[in-house]
Amino acid sequence: MPQPIVEIRNVNKSFGKNIVLRDVSMEIAPGQTVSIIGPSGSGKTTLLRCINLLETYDKGSIKVDGVEVGYRNSGNGSRKPRGEGELAGIRADIGMVFQLFFLFPHLTARQNVMLGLVKVRGKSKSEAGEIAEHWLDRVGLVDKKESLPAELSGGQQQRVGIARAVAMSPKVLLLDEITSALDPELVGEVLLVVKRLAEEGMTMIVVTHEMTFAREVGDRVVFMDGGLILEDGPSDDVLLRPSHERLQGFLSRLNLADILEHGL
Amino acid sequence: MDYHFNFSYIWRHFDRLWDGLILSLELALISILIGMAIGLVLSLLYTDGGRPIRSLVLAYVELVRNVPLLLLVYLVFYGIPSIGGFEYSATASFVITLSAYAAAHLVEVFRAGLDAVPKGLLDAGKAIGLSPWQRLIHVRLPTMFRVVLPSLSNTYISLFKDTSVASVIAVPELTYGAQWINFNTFRIIEVYAVVAPMYLVTGYAILFALQRLERRFVVRR
Amino acid sequence: MQAAIESLPYLVDGLIMTLVISFLVVSISLVIGVVMGTGLVFGPTWLYWPIRLYSDFIRGIPILVLIFTVYYGLPALGLNLDNFWAAIAALTAFKVGHVIEVFRGAVQSIHHSQTEAAKAIGLTFWQRLAFVILPQAVRRFLPPWINAVADAVKGSALVSLIGVADLMLDIQKVIGRTYEPMPLYILGAIIYFVINYSLSATSRRLETRYSYVRE
Repeated sequence: MPQPIVEIRNVNKSFGKNIVLRDVSMEIAPGQTVSIIGPSGSGKTTLLRCINLLETYDKGSIKVDGVEVGYRNSGNGSRKPRGEGELAGIRADIGMVFQLFFLFPHLTARQNVMLGLVKVRGKSKSEAGEIAEHWLDRVGLVDKKESLPAELSGGQQQRVGIARAVAMSPKVLLLDEITSALDPELVGEVLLVVKRLAEEGMTMIVVTHEMTFAREVGDRVVFMDGGLILEDGPSDDVLLRPSHERLQGFLSRLNLADILEHGL
Repeated sequence: MDYHFNFSYIWRHFDRLWDGLILSLELALISILIGMAIGLVLSLLYTDGGRPIRSLVLAYVELVRNVPLLLLVYLVFYGIPSIGGFEYSATASFVITLSAYAAAHLVEVFRAGLDAVPKGLLDAGKAIGLSPWQRLIHVRLPTMFRVVLPSLSNTYISLFKDTSVASVIAVPELTYGAQWINFNTFRIIEVYAVVAPMYLVTGYAILFALQRLERRFVVRR
Repeated sequence: MQAAIESLPYLVDGLIMTLVISFLVVSISLVIGVVMGTGLVFGPTWLYWPIRLYSDFIRGIPILVLIFTVYYGLPALGLNLDNFWAAIAALTAFKVGHVIEVFRGAVQSIHHSQTEAAKAIGLTFWQRLAFVILPQAVRRFLPPWINAVADAVKGSALVSLIGVADLMLDIQKVIGRTYEPMPLYILGAIIYFVINYSLSATSRRLETRYSYVRE
């Protein structure tokens, strides 16, 4: 395996008494797409949010491209949270697409994509505008570039969300249940965009409950339950020949209908 | 600073402040009760009435809300008797003013509350055969009051503060009590150092009490 | 009605005074209130509590008591303000409390997710504030703030009680000469109404216009 772009080692996190992540470790190679599946409350979304420190973690380490994201280790082994500016710089290299899109409602689609390019990457307005249009074109929305989020459908908003994240040329892209708020007929257009990105070698971590999506887009599937990683392997192995009892239960319970309908 | 504080005059006349405070609370209470009655009728007229009625209600609300309370107080106390050829006491005139003022503000509150009653609830009332009047009494009003309760508390506190304006027509409420002591003792800073906290403490005490009541009310449903 | 029309010229100076007072109060309180509001919402605890206390304290006292305290009370402590500046100081102190709360409400109405999305593309705190939070908050700040402006105009009538020659005092003066209160009060009500109604109508218009931005 080449030098991993994301290294997660023994990450622990709890909200009060509720332990959400227990000694979670995984490595992701550049260009790899990993899908994380699991029941709600399994810790998958929390893990994702820890990677760009929207959530702090209690113990362990998360490195992106060799850099510890949330903390600096001082000499005596204790760790210090990174300052605002440093953190912003690290986050700029980690793209994130949210379940509920979270577009900036006061900005047009184009301005949504441009904001980070201008303010964080320091690009000129014209250059940022070109990059924004390039990516809006890639997600099939260049004709909607002057629309406000409120004027776009859910699927269109989500595609703008993806464009906003990838335009920053992140080292890794985090996708948090990006289709679960969409009407079924709008899911396809979003998945298509993600599949293309995967094919082009974008490193992605995808939290999803769509098993067909997990299998199609990712080389690798991770199953989490109760804050633990219970299975981690090639998609077909994990989804078609689940060895862990919990995963077998999860798959049959939640997605039998889905699997039957679409075929695996 | 060579000013010597002397609170003894204040304590000697404290009954004027205390009585004033009680009167302020009473004025606010009577006014909000009358204001609620008027406001409720007007808001129902507005919600259920036709266009001309709506415009009339709206005109009343906008007129009262957009004119300073002080002007309304003068207008009712000096203005109306001057053309009506009758007189009333300053206190009575102030209660009329503050009630009319409260009503205008409460129409907005009640209107929003009536709008917040889910339509499905009214349909459910129809479905079990309630008459329009029964739907009003048993469905619309109870639901509405639960929604507007916090606004009613706030309105009461703000009316309580507004009673200070009654001092300009010599209604012996708290601010008037303060002025009386000022004119008779000239211990001005001391008076306000006592009166301001009296407003503050009373206002917040009532607010907290009402909020507790609200909470209990909400839990009990 | 004749009396009211003839008295109009005598009210012009007072009307100007009312507008000047309102303008000063509104603009000074806007600056101070926004700064204090920023401290309240984003500042550390040691900054939060004094501002919270100030706002709750000042909004809990009747404006009239505040005006009397500043005008009659402060000279005893060696701070002599003439009636004009006493009026400005008291009304501004009060209005600052409102601006703080309107600002807080506007900023906090911007959902936390907007901060997260802004963090995710690498914006720093001040960038998030300047480019994501405030541009959205402004739309929610304006309508209630304009209502607060109308409130300030109405509240300014109280300064007549410490002898500031505003519209209210001019009305009283004319009545003192004509002994015909009703036409003058109605005229005064109309003038205040026109000013305040146009403000509250603007507020409502802005509210409808901005409502489309809500997700």
